[in-house]
Amino acid sequence: MYAVRRWSVRHSRGLEFFYNGFERLLLFLEPVIRRLGYERLEKPMAWFESKTKGFLFDCQMCGQCALSRTGMSCPMNCPKQLRNGPCGGVRANGNCEVKPDMKCVWLEAWEGSRNMKEGATIQIVDHPVDLTLEGRSSWLRVVRMKSEEKRRAREAGQEQAA
Amino acid sequence: MKFEDEPVPGFQLPILPGHTSPGRLERVLRAGRFAVTAEIAPPDSADPNEVYLRARIFDGYVDAINATDGSGANCHMSSVGVCSLLTREGYATIMQVSCRDKNRIAIQGDVLGASAMGVANVLCLTGDGVQAGDQPEAKPVFDLDCMSLLETVTMMREEGRLRSGRKLTATPKLFAGAAANPFAPPYDFRPERLAKKIAAGAQFVQTQYCFDIEMLKQYMQRVRDLGLHEKVFILVGVGPLASANAARWIRTHVPGIHIPDEIIDRLAGAEKPKLEGRKICVELIQQIREIEGVHGVHVMAYRQEEAVAEIIDASGVLEGRVPWHPHRDTEIEQQRAVS
Repeated sequence: MYAVRRWSVRHSRGLEFFYNGFERLLLFLEPVIRRLGYERLEKPMAWFESKTKGFLFDCQMCGQCALSRTGMSCPMNCPKQLRNGPCGGVRANGNCEVKPDMKCVWLEAWEGSRNMKEGATIQIVDHPVDLTLEGRSSWLRVVRMKSEEKRRAREAGQEQAA
Repeated sequence: MKFEDEPVPGFQLPILPGHTSPGRLERVLRAGRFAVTAEIAPPDSADPNEVYLRARIFDGYVDAINATDGSGANCHMSSVGVCSLLTREGYATIMQVSCRDKNRIAIQGDVLGASAMGVANVLCLTGDGVQAGDQPEAKPVFDLDCMSLLETVTMMREEGRLRSGRKLTATPKLFAGAAANPFAPPYDFRPERLAKKIAAGAQFVQTQYCFDIEMLKQYMQRVRDLGLHEKVFILVGVGPLASANAARWIRTHVPGIHIPDEIIDRLAGAEKPKLEGRKICVELIQQIREIEGVHGVHVMAYRQEEAVAEIIDASGVLEGRVPWHPHRDTEIEQQRAVS
């Protein structure tokens, strides 16, 4: 819903705080998730994610969430699905060139990011969308990547110590 | 300005040390000269002569010609097609690549093809939405965006590989460009966005039409504060307006173009609005030239391409320099230059 989506951008700081806590919880539970099996959890998790993020952000389930780098404004709602900032067609009133009644998604992203602690990450060049991830859970992917990274770092540390 | 090794049409120039392309645009910019580029109107035609005729009117006034890629989401001859014709004659081209119509597979293939046929510059664009053009029922692609496109071109050139990681046997020797629009909101984000484009690989930028010099000055102030003018060559977009009505129409119908009321009033009050429009353009170029950190102008004289030579001449920005063109060094042209 458009109104909820705009509320989320206005409350980007709070949502960032909440998400960081949630991610820590998931990382803490990672051994359980691994035991249960990532693939087995994929469907229920993706369903849960699409419902919550769909409500809050009009999430399009690209499977590679950028919200924490885009001021809690989902870039997949941009008609051009730009992942790296506004195009040159933004109207003088700040609305979208393609959908004249919608505020530019990236204008909102810029405003949202300025309230966030890690808002400067909006300057990181994002990779093009990987279509094979569409519809999958971004949360599980992040947890998997981060915990694997940690494990690798730990193993490297052990090797060095040995 | 003359280089000792001027091109033989169809053969590439050597790449100078510190340069990434064999192109004359990069040479002129790195030599510290004020560069002039112009946009060619691609024909709705399959006749190569129409392209040559349209390029010829720029002879001696521009350092490179932009070949647009379905600008305004309207279908015309492709930028690849226009560039393949122009490079055969030795023209320096800037091939525009828009992300609207092609996915990453097609774009990377075009980039390789462009470099192979002698294109030295590419301009990486997101592209106008399909709703703006003559076929709004078309499917918009937008697989890459201008930023990931810049990154892709740079990756191909510097790392010699495709996005998939597959190795290239020869890298595309390109001067990578991007667009910038200082005249659309969010205004405070626009300089930061330029910084992001530089990080993604932009070596030069061409801006949207500038009709508001004060707004450009504010933007450039911020650009200089961030030190960006030392990392990228900035060519400011200009163009003549035909009449007050045309200006009003552009302002409401073409996305991202900002025309202040003063300009429209001046056109409305003029006896010959077309001449006034060109006069405004010349004045803007002269004011733009004075701004620190600007390295050139990009003339987009839509439907007034014949005016480009006159505008550049009147502005005096070439300072007597005659950019190379296919007929410059022929005997007849040299005799004319002497006389």
